[in-house]
Amino acid sequence: MTTVPDTRKLAYIAGQASDARVNVEFESDGMVLNLGPQHPATHGTLRVIVKLDGERVTAAEPVMGYMHRGYEKLAEVRTYPQITTLVNRIDWLGSFANEVPFILAAERLMEVEAPPRAQWIRTVLFELSRIANVVLFLGDMGVQLGAVTPVFFAFRDREFVLNQIEAVTGGRFHPNFDRIGGLKDDIPKGWVDETRGVLDRIRTFCDEMEDLVTGNEIFQARTRGIGVIPADVGLSYGLSGANIRASGVDWDLRRDGGVGLVHDRLDWKVWTHPDGDSFSRYWVRLQEVREACIMVDQLLDGMPSGPIMAKVPRIIKVPAGEAYVETENPLGIMGFYVISKGDLVPYRVKIRSASFNNISITPWLLKGVYVPDVVSILASLYFILGDIDR
Amino acid sequence: MSSALLAVELAYWQQTVIRALVGLVAVLLPAGTLVYLFLFKMMSFMQSRLGPMEAGPYGSMQLLAEVGKFLQKEDLVPRAADRIVFKLAPFVVLISTFLLVLVIPAGPDLWFIDIDTGIFLALAVSSISVIGVLMAGWASASKYSLIGGLRAAGQLVAYELPLVLAVMGVVIQAGTLNMQGIVMAQATGEIFGWGGIGNPFIITQFVGFAIFIVAVQAELTQPPFDMPVAESEIVTGYLTEYSGLRFLLFFIGEFATAGIFAALAATLFLGGWYVPGLDPTSNLFNVIGPAVLMGKMILVAFLIFWFRFTYPRFREDQLQQLAWKVLIPLALANIVVTGVLKVVL
Repeated sequence: MTTVPDTRKLAYIAGQASDARVNVEFESDGMVLNLGPQHPATHGTLRVIVKLDGERVTAAEPVMGYMHRGYEKLAEVRTYPQITTLVNRIDWLGSFANEVPFILAAERLMEVEAPPRAQWIRTVLFELSRIANVVLFLGDMGVQLGAVTPVFFAFRDREFVLNQIEAVTGGRFHPNFDRIGGLKDDIPKGWVDETRGVLDRIRTFCDEMEDLVTGNEIFQARTRGIGVIPADVGLSYGLSGANIRASGVDWDLRRDGGVGLVHDRLDWKVWTHPDGDSFSRYWVRLQEVREACIMVDQLLDGMPSGPIMAKVPRIIKVPAGEAYVETENPLGIMGFYVISKGDLVPYRVKIRSASFNNISITPWLLKGVYVPDVVSILASLYFILGDIDR
Repeated sequence: MSSALLAVELAYWQQTVIRALVGLVAVLLPAGTLVYLFLFKMMSFMQSRLGPMEAGPYGSMQLLAEVGKFLQKEDLVPRAADRIVFKLAPFVVLISTFLLVLVIPAGPDLWFIDIDTGIFLALAVSSISVIGVLMAGWASASKYSLIGGLRAAGQLVAYELPLVLAVMGVVIQAGTLNMQGIVMAQATGEIFGWGGIGNPFIITQFVGFAIFIVAVQAELTQPPFDMPVAESEIVTGYLTEYSGLRFLLFFIGEFATAGIFAALAATLFLGGWYVPGLDPTSNLFNVIGPAVLMGKMILVAFLIFWFRFTYPRFREDQLQQLAWKVLIPLALANIVVTGVLKVVL
């Protein structure tokens, strides 16, 4: 066995590093600034290479993959019930919502349907994880713009939502609660009333954010007219969720998708905003948290009784076939394409996560803006690194 | 400290030592107070948390713990840095702070220097810190530092002007540049013939006061004007590469300057060491003057830090627009109105 000298190894590492930069053509005028992968603005390890002329960005290139954990591959060697443990960790702020599309895809393959009560509780937890996720964004956007106070309010009130999720599932961050054919457990006694109290807190929090953040002149000056995404450009880049609704596209899979959740039996509204700028993305998310509170309220009112688990075999073998299910997750559309060969484990799982597509618009969007706006636009697109890299 | 206050005549070196020690206290005491009172406690309460609670009663010794921590840290210098300039920069910033404190009187006989161009000197030496910041930004050999340093330079230069113009109104009203004279003018002044509370210039110069506070906020590079150290964009700007003692010096410089600017605002607009109802020449003020000034300083600093913890930050171009399109015309109009009224009344 031959040994490679250290200089050769170092040269190889340097070559690898420069490969990552290859997309940004280096020219002598202007400065190449590396935002990330370890940078206070990216809550995770996103790296954005920006080329600057003064403070103006002439080219921007997101570099992804620093947090790639290979979940699609790992899913191929795990049985179906084990995979929810993995997908929990994709969008780690709204974990339960990740499990839902996968479980629905598996249920479609097995041709089982969860009993009504399980579907309702699923929808409650789905919306609660949306609240837990987006509330943090509402505070975090302030931090990215330099106001540190809102994020503490966000963490404070998000804690109550997490407590409610924990009371049902036993897990604050990674519930791993959804099962093929239903849920692991029923909701505990007294939980419904407590949840209503929490919803009141969240509504108060939304009012506070409206005063503290959207009502602030500096916040408006920093976000209005900044990072405008026209509807057609947004659609062509595959944006989804609040990002595309903020551009005026009235498209929400909870209403239009018709998959196994009970949103269609509720009275609620899809919020859109015509502007498509950073401010409207914030505003739409703020309204969606309020809407989620309304939905959970209605769900708690009309929850049916009955079993929470359909009849499924103890050892789950999914019949051969393919299924693709996508749901409107907190960050946007999340889809699972599951191919089964009739085995204990799936043959292939393809995960379509929202943040990966949402972030892909950055080279187009960041051209010509100032450095401070790079941060505010990235923050307003709202990505979770685990959701980008999977 | 004038030696006349002391019964014994002191040699020059003894006076110098006393002045140096008192100067050190005058810089570090407000800085420590502001950090504990506002950065540790007020900020925490505004953000629904308690802040430091463990070190000393109610966390009051936290500051000493922090200083001890910083002193123990390694003094790192980046390999590509300009070593001498890099190491010198924090001291340059601190020098400006120490020179600033000189002109502020704390009582009828309590002053470091009593010169006729007092406020002029203060505003002049406050600009020295720009050089230190630029030195730090350039010598760090880091892109974040460079951007931060340049932003700071642009910002500090732009906000010198409103700062000076805001003070002009006070100077016109008092008829003197001497800080002691400005305090006396407020202490002995009258509002339409009524001298009950003297004439603190904030009543007539409220526009000047507002501009002064905004400009001070920008001079201190605090939110909403903290682009030079915007942690979400450029890490911490020109401070990025500093560690240990040198970072501590920058930190002390920032908060000491905040305290001294607040004291300056208190002196210019709130009557300085004077309390209404007492004879401004009485010896009593040599005793309570520093405490009164400290109280007023904390009042003004509360405003500054309140903004700091509430607002998001401007963008660089919006900041410049605010300075040149709003503050400077407003300050000029204020000067014109003040001048006309001074002549007419």
